[in-house]
Amino acid sequence: MKAFLKFDFTVLTKKILEEKLSQWGLKYLITGFGEVEFLEDIPEDKLAEITAILNSYGIEIIENQKTALVQKIKDTIIEMVFSDSPPTVKASAYLADKLNHSYGYLSNLFSEVTYTSVENFMIIQKIEYAKQLIVNDKMSLTEIAYKLNYSSVAHLSTQFKNTTGITPSQFQRIIAKRREIANTK
Amino acid sequence: MQKEYIHIILADDDEDDRLFFTDAFSELKISTKVQTFNDGVELMEYLNQEDAVLPQVLFLDLNMPRKNGLEALHEIKANPKFDSMAIAIYSTSSSEEHIEETFVCGANIYIKKPSDFNTLKKVLSDVVTLNWQYHTSGLNKDNFLLRM
Repeated sequence: MKAFLKFDFTVLTKKILEEKLSQWGLKYLITGFGEVEFLEDIPEDKLAEITAILNSYGIEIIENQKTALVQKIKDTIIEMVFSDSPPTVKASAYLADKLNHSYGYLSNLFSEVTYTSVENFMIIQKIEYAKQLIVNDKMSLTEIAYKLNYSSVAHLSTQFKNTTGITPSQFQRIIAKRREIANTK
Repeated sequence: MQKEYIHIILADDDEDDRLFFTDAFSELKISTKVQTFNDGVELMEYLNQEDAVLPQVLFLDLNMPRKNGLEALHEIKANPKFDSMAIAIYSTSSSEEHIEETFVCGANIYIKKPSDFNTLKKVLSDVVTLNWQYHTSGLNKDNFLLRM
């Protein structure tokens, strides 16, 4: 007799991980999407043992330098954008200096891993910050443009609209309405 | 060994639109897994299963028989279990009122269905890339609004 099987690899992987990790008495969090956070440090010899056993199930621990560097690029950009006294040098020079690689290398690597460019990521972060300032701090666009180093309010509005497809005032109105609804519930 | 992929669901009653949609994703360099449903009832039956694998992004057509996109949106937003999903409205309508209403009801993304395949690919790629940033870069999802 023959049986036909169908697999759900996500479920399968999760089950194996849960079983194995609990079996080793580890405290962990499966944060989804191929990411496990260990809540305690694991000694190196034990980690090697774990790696070997997981490998036999076809599960690999990525020690990817590239991914780690991309994370550093992101962190640096976020820190720059959200800082009260942003660096006076150009962002490209700042990144290169801080991470000890040429900007060309960093920006290529970033695009390769995230499917978006450093410039674009920086714009997304700035617009996110602007949104936060609109919603939480009730700042005016003029104040926000000044704080985020835009040459004019028009420049900020245009970039906002280009990035999100809606204008800052539409954004403000939608969030305000959502809050109104949430409050009446 | 399975690679990382982005899980996507589309609910749309139009067969051609479903086909275009899955074809577009299969041609993108981002690896995705696309599941489709024919209307809101089918979709909610799937999502409400206890062990349902939730997508990162759910695309909802507004005009569907039995249960339309707006009804599905309301149900989804009323249930905290679905908080992690980004919701994209995928519609032929471009009425400003409609768009704002869906955003107010909790949609994150509004896409007017593009009429040509290349634009569709570009739009879907942009949506998934930006959503990925919300997923991985600690951005506040409550402020995630995107109109394409």
